[in-house]
Amino acid sequence: MNSRAHYDVAIIGAGLSGLAAGIRAAHFGRRVCIFERHNAPGGLNGFYSIGGRKFDVGLHAVTNFARPGARVGPLVRLLRQLRIDREEFGLCEQRRSRIAFGPKGEEVLRLTNDFAFFESEVAARFPAQIDGFRRLAELVRGTVYSEDSLPASARAVVRRHIADPLLEDMLLCPLLMYGSAQENDMDFGQFALLFEAVLLEGFARPFGGVRPILRVLLERYRTAGGERRMKCGVGRIEARGGRAAALILDSGEEITAETVLSSIGAPETESLIRDAEVGGAPVGIPRTPAGRITFVETVSIFNRQPAGFGWGEDAIVFFNDSRRLAYEQPEAQVDTRSGVICIPNNFDYGPERALAEGVLRTTCLASYDRWAGLPEETYRADKARWFPEVQRSARRFLPPADEAAVAAATVATDMFTPRTVNRYTGRLAGAIYGSAVKNPRGTTRLANLFICGADQGMLGIVGAMLSGIAMANLHILRKG
Amino acid sequence: MTQDQCKKAVLAIIADIAPDEDLSDVKSDVRLRDQFELDSMDFLDIVMELRKRHGIEVPEADYGQLASLDSCAEYLTPKFNALEARR
Repeated sequence: MNSRAHYDVAIIGAGLSGLAAGIRAAHFGRRVCIFERHNAPGGLNGFYSIGGRKFDVGLHAVTNFARPGARVGPLVRLLRQLRIDREEFGLCEQRRSRIAFGPKGEEVLRLTNDFAFFESEVAARFPAQIDGFRRLAELVRGTVYSEDSLPASARAVVRRHIADPLLEDMLLCPLLMYGSAQENDMDFGQFALLFEAVLLEGFARPFGGVRPILRVLLERYRTAGGERRMKCGVGRIEARGGRAAALILDSGEEITAETVLSSIGAPETESLIRDAEVGGAPVGIPRTPAGRITFVETVSIFNRQPAGFGWGEDAIVFFNDSRRLAYEQPEAQVDTRSGVICIPNNFDYGPERALAEGVLRTTCLASYDRWAGLPEETYRADKARWFPEVQRSARRFLPPADEAAVAAATVATDMFTPRTVNRYTGRLAGAIYGSAVKNPRGTTRLANLFICGADQGMLGIVGAMLSGIAMANLHILRKG
Repeated sequence: MTQDQCKKAVLAIIADIAPDEDLSDVKSDVRLRDQFELDSMDFLDIVMELRKRHGIEVPEADYGQLASLDSCAEYLTPKFNALEARR
C-alpha cells in the first residue's frame, strides 16, 4: 500500500459516460484508470441478474437512430470519436411507438424513425397547430447544445409556436420522461437535444439490450490500454490548493491523478470532497441540489411474444390519463397517471430473430422519500402492492388482453424503486437524470476535477457517451 | 517523404476517423470540410492522430493549414522530413 498509483486520468464510475471518456483518453496515450464501486459496469444503464435472467436497467431504447451510411448526427459522431464500427452495436430499429393521452388513451400520436410520419400525425390530429409545429421543428434543428449554452424554458418556447395545451403536453411527455431532471419543464437546449434524439431520429435497440453496448465499450477501452478497477469505489477526494490532490478508495488506498473526471453526479461528487488543509472536514454544503425526478419500473417476463396478447407492435408507449401532464415528484409513493411502457420484443430484429421471452416494462414517476426510509418488510409489502397498480394503469394504454392468458404466460416479475437506484448507483434520491441544475462545461471548484454524464447535461444512452467524449476532449485532450 | 506520401498518411487517418466517408475520389485542392462531413471534433482527431502515429505536433494556431489535402501536404511534409532527418 505504500506505493501510490499515479495516473494521467482517473475516472470515477464505469457507466456509459465514464467508459466513453476513458476510451478517448486511453486512445490518445493517456494512462487512465476507471474506478467503479459496483461489481458490474453500466451505472444507470446497467443490468442485473435474477434467477439466471438478465434484466436491463435504464435502457428502453437507444435514441438518435441513424441508418447505415449516415454521415452526420450524434450517433455517427459518437461512433467516429470512439472508433467503433456501427455494426458492433447491432442496432435494430423500432417498428413504431406511440404517445397516448386521455383516460383511455384516445388521443394518439404515433411515431416511427421517419420524422415525416410523425409530422403527418400532428397535421392530422392538430391541423390548426401544424404550421407552428413545423416552425418549432425548424428551431430545434438550428439549436446546438454546447458547453456554452444558457438555460431557457422549453415550455415558454413551445408555447410561442403551439397554442393547444394538449399538443404541448403530448410533445413534452416523451422528452420529459426520457431525460428531464427538472419538474414540469426543461431547458430548451435539452428539449432540442431530446426532440432530435426521440422525434427527428428515433429509437433502436441491440438484440441483446444494453449488454452488447457495454461489451463493445469495455473491449474498446481495454484495447486502447485503459485500466479498470471494479468493486473499488472512491470514498473521498482530498483537496489541496484548489486541486483534487488524491483519491482515497474505499479500501483506504490512495490514488493520484493529473485530471479526475467524475461520472457519479455533481452533488454526489461534491459530497466526496474533503479539504485536507482543514483537517479533512467536508467543505460547506454541496453546491448542486440533488434531483427530484425518479421512477419505479415493473418488469414482467412471459413465455411467449407480447404481440400474442394482442398488444400490437408499439415498442414504446408514453401515456398520460389526465387533463394536464404532471411531471413532478408525486405526493404518494408512485404516480400511476402517466408513465412509459416498453416492449423490447417490438423492435425489428429481422425475420429470423425474436427475443426468446416476452418482456413488458412499465415505468412511473415515484417519490424517493416515500421509499427510502421504510423498514425492509414494509418496503417489500409496498412493492408487492404497487406492482399490480403500475401494470394496471399502464395496460389501459395497450389493447385489452385475456387476463388469464397473461397470468398463465408470466414466468417472472421484478420491480425496482428509487431506493434500488440509489443502492446500486449511489445517485442521491435515486435521481436518474441527476440534478435539475446542469453544468455544461463540467467544471467544479477544484481546478483538475470535472463532471461528465447526466449532470453535465447530455442525456440518454447516446448523450451519456457524448458527454464523456466532450468532457475528455475539452479538459484532457485539448490541453495537450 | 514526398507530398504524395504525406497525403496518403493524412487520408489513412481520415479513413479511420470517418469510415463512413467515401475517400476514393478526393480532390486535393478542395477544402476537406466541403467534400466530407468533418466537424471540429474530427479535425481535433486528425491533429491528435498525427501526434500519436507520427509524432508530429500541430499547434492550434496552425489548424487552418489542414484545410485541404494540398495544404496538408504543403504544411506537413517538411515536418515529416525534419523528423526523419533527426532519426
